[in-house]
Amino acid sequence: MRYAMAIDTKKCVGCGDCVVACQTENNVPIGFCRDWIVENVSGSYPNVEVELRSERCNHCDNSPCVRCCPTGASHVIEGGIVKVTHDECIGCGACIQSCPYDARYSHPDGYVDKCTFCDHRLAKGQTTACVAVCPTNCLYFGDLEDPNSDVSKALKNRSWKVLAPEAGTKPQLYFLT
Amino acid sequence: MKEELFVSGRNIPNIDPFLNIWHWEIPLYLFLGGFAAGIMFFAGLFLVMGKEKEMETTVKWAPFLVPVALVVGLFALFLDLKHQLFFWRLYTTIRMESPMSWGAWTLMIITPLSFFWAASYLKEVVPGWKWRLPVFESFEALVIKYRKHIAWLAMGLAIILGVYTGILLSAFNARPLWNTSILGPLFLVSGMSTGLAAIIWMSKSHYERSVLSKIDIALIGVELFLIVHLFMGFLAANQVQVEAAHLFLGGEFTVTFWVFVMILGLIVPAFLETLELFGYKIPMWIPSLLILIGGLMFRFIMVEAGQITRYLY
Ligand code: SF4
Ligand code: SF4
Repeated sequence: MRYAMAIDTKKCVGCGDCVVACQTENNVPIGFCRDWIVENVSGSYPNVEVELRSERCNHCDNSPCVRCCPTGASHVIEGGIVKVTHDECIGCGACIQSCPYDARYSHPDGYVDKCTFCDHRLAKGQTTACVAVCPTNCLYFGDLEDPNSDVSKALKNRSWKVLAPEAGTKPQLYFLT
Repeated sequence: MKEELFVSGRNIPNIDPFLNIWHWEIPLYLFLGGFAAGIMFFAGLFLVMGKEKEMETTVKWAPFLVPVALVVGLFALFLDLKHQLFFWRLYTTIRMESPMSWGAWTLMIITPLSFFWAASYLKEVVPGWKWRLPVFESFEALVIKYRKHIAWLAMGLAIILGVYTGILLSAFNARPLWNTSILGPLFLVSGMSTGLAAIIWMSKSHYERSVLSKIDIALIGVELFLIVHLFMGFLAANQVQVEAAHLFLGGEFTVTFWVFVMILGLIVPAFLETLELFGYKIPMWIPSLLILIGGLMFRFIMVEAGQITRYLY
């Protein structure tokens, strides 16, 4: 199994519902977030393009954050999900330095926190909170090894890119372009 | 031509300003680690070579600085942790892929070793010193008996510790300025040079100082060579590393780096040490102090600048 997410940059309107849904679902402390929206405007007038991206941890296949963790608090679980065990984390910050996507933050309680692909919801057969609320249905989640999953189908029909592939972490968020 | 007009990137007030998660604690820890490794290495080296008499400061006196430096360094590392109550988790596992893990273990071995080393010379350094408990007496006798073995171990661990202070940074490929394997040897050599600087400062024997100065000049030469290679490597690498190099070649760290690290921290002290070798009267604390400040600055600059260099946002 290999969980992944595809994000349709053409359909995303940047409403931020995914951000709020995650904060509520995962009790993220106020003022912090595990997912965020990036708005990218490029080109030169009048040929300007806007790209909206809902971003979160890429649950990288080759995850530097797991490698550099001195205690094993950062680890990979079934489906390639990268997780942090809070009471093993010493808050050294190594994983924050190692993430090219700035997906991790220091929780006010001291440990490091980040997106979990809502593994607690997956265990109940539900999808992630952000995918569940997205009003434009621009997020696709599922198992890449299953050709019939939402994410596999989305990737088959569209062109896509990943962010900073040159960082070599094999990220698992695919942005449909 | 495509021109980027505006990138909102990210602006999460509670997260983004704090992603530069390492402040003064880590550079200080790296400096003290390298410094301790330097003294430890040369103390071991000259003991093994049988120069205990001629190189008295190196073998007997300077090693008293090592446990102090290591304890202060470890305390700085501890202060850096955000989840301090769980720091013991460092010592419930060994993770070879994580430099921070094997570094913590190296320190766990070298710190007590440095205490034993210093303690075994206490009687020679403080005349009339007596251990209160007979256990200490017999332990001291044991350490003295196996001094040569301990010296070999200390040299090995000192090299690991010195290299580790660089690898800790170079293992992060998300921070382009750090992501170069030159940092390991560079921090090792620089750490050894700061250690030597302290010994030269303390030493009263002309012979000892001149031997150490010669080694130090050679080390500074190697350091300059490695720094040139560092920049050559960056400039020939990908965009993010070219940008990282430009922080030092016109960017915001240019003046601090070239003035305090390169000129005042390396070139001037090497020049003064050379003059002294040719018989000019130079108070040796001047080059020593310059080297120590330069080494400290170098680590502060590298840690600080490295955290600015990024792939995204
Ligand atoms: S995005 Fe960052 S935190 Fe997530 S797996 Fe990749 S390196 Fe780790
Ligand atoms: S901050 Fe926590 S999860 Fe991150 S590397 Fe350190 S111990 Fe591991």
